[in-house]
Amino acid sequence: MDQRKFKKMNRRELLKLTPVIALGAFAVPRLREPLLQEGLAFSDWASRKLFRPGHLAATFAASELTPFERFPINDYDVDDPGVIFENWSLTVSGAVQNPGDYKLSDIQALPKKQQNTRHVCVEGWDVIGRFGGTPLSEFLKFVGADPTASFITVECADDYYESLDMATALHPQTLLCYEMYDQPLTREHGAPLRLTVPTKIGYKHAKYLTDLKVTHVLEKIGYWEDQGYSWFYGL
Amino acid sequence: MPEEVIEIESSERDEEPAHAVYEHPWVVRFTHWVNAIALVVMAGSGLQIFRAFPSFGAKIPQQDLLNWPKAFAIGGWLGGALQWHLTFMWIYIATGLFYLAYQIFSGNYRQVLFTRRDVAGVWPTARHYFLFGPKPPTREAYNPLQKLAYTSAISLGVLTVLTGFAIWKPIQFSWVARPMGGFHLARVWHFVSMWAILLFALGHLVMVILHGWNNFVSMLTGWKVDPEYPPQ
Repeated sequence: MDQRKFKKMNRRELLKLTPVIALGAFAVPRLREPLLQEGLAFSDWASRKLFRPGHLAATFAASELTPFERFPINDYDVDDPGVIFENWSLTVSGAVQNPGDYKLSDIQALPKKQQNTRHVCVEGWDVIGRFGGTPLSEFLKFVGADPTASFITVECADDYYESLDMATALHPQTLLCYEMYDQPLTREHGAPLRLTVPTKIGYKHAKYLTDLKVTHVLEKIGYWEDQGYSWFYGL
Repeated sequence: MPEEVIEIESSERDEEPAHAVYEHPWVVRFTHWVNAIALVVMAGSGLQIFRAFPSFGAKIPQQDLLNWPKAFAIGGWLGGALQWHLTFMWIYIATGLFYLAYQIFSGNYRQVLFTRRDVAGVWPTARHYFLFGPKPPTREAYNPLQKLAYTSAISLGVLTVLTGFAIWKPIQFSWVARPMGGFHLARVWHFVSMWAILLFALGHLVMVILHGWNNFVSMLTGWKVDPEYPPQ
């Protein structure tokens, strides 16, 4: 082969690598945002596919618990939104047979579950806590939630909001939590009622709940999700 | 070795004709470059994620391991870095799988896989590189030390993915996380395997620079002119 032909062949081989340049789209500001949104959406789609409704999160012995005073208090806003417990109720709306206001005693009258589970924060730290409350599935049955509905949206006294897919809401370890470490929930940890969802990342565990809505379409996604975090984020 | 060899006729009369060997098939070159970019993005965004909690201990009290400079991180903030990480992990995995499948089904893995018969050649090659010992004769595209390095790097790549899945899905992939010690320790393994692969990349870059242009070009065109080993 002469040198000219060899050079031509080399050029052809080099040109075959041009598809690599497609990654340069991530360097273009106008394309970057939509591409990363697609990537995040794909990851959430995969997360949903990987979620097994009957698969339980690991539970831990009492000796493995993180001491209560070392269980971090994370808020986006205030530690204590000043809920007046006497006037508090959970307002249930949407695709339910019995919408209305539910007192804490109504929720506490339902079956109770206690569990020692791992709480994983998106920042990277994790703790093992003891949580007590009513399985959300029990409460949804109690209020006559439409079994064909797809989402649960909650709103909070500190204006935080979150949402769950129905499969996660019905997971046996998803609790409407009113106790931590066998004591009534403290204000910093979300009194009087919070979510604990061991199969989800920490920011899905909304505190100071005031409203719960059952819906067929996702109306409100979540505070951190609206800032750009993953919606599904199943563990 | 399955490599194709050609002779290049010289235009100059007194020059010896050169040999060229087709060392790197398209799949290897393509996945090499895409994966190299993905690795940079994964490490950069991973370090930005790490900045959110730069520790492997407790949250309370928190003791930071290191303050990684933001200038050497990708994503700007935790949520942004997660978007990069959760997007490029699929590219990283896809090119890794494409590469592995190609190597296995084409038989080209023989070029790179470190096996028992390469063991004896490791020390003479290392002595040559690091202690100025005599240069052992080269018969193949990769010497035993290279095979060891590349096989380790590919294994580390697999490890970064497995440890990553153990962190991303510690419950659904509890069987992956369990042998690593659960979520908490899997995060340590993920961090360590990243540094190991970056250490390889650094050594790799140094060697590429030392070995000159023809060697570098072979990862672009596939063809290496005047290889160190005799054409077969």
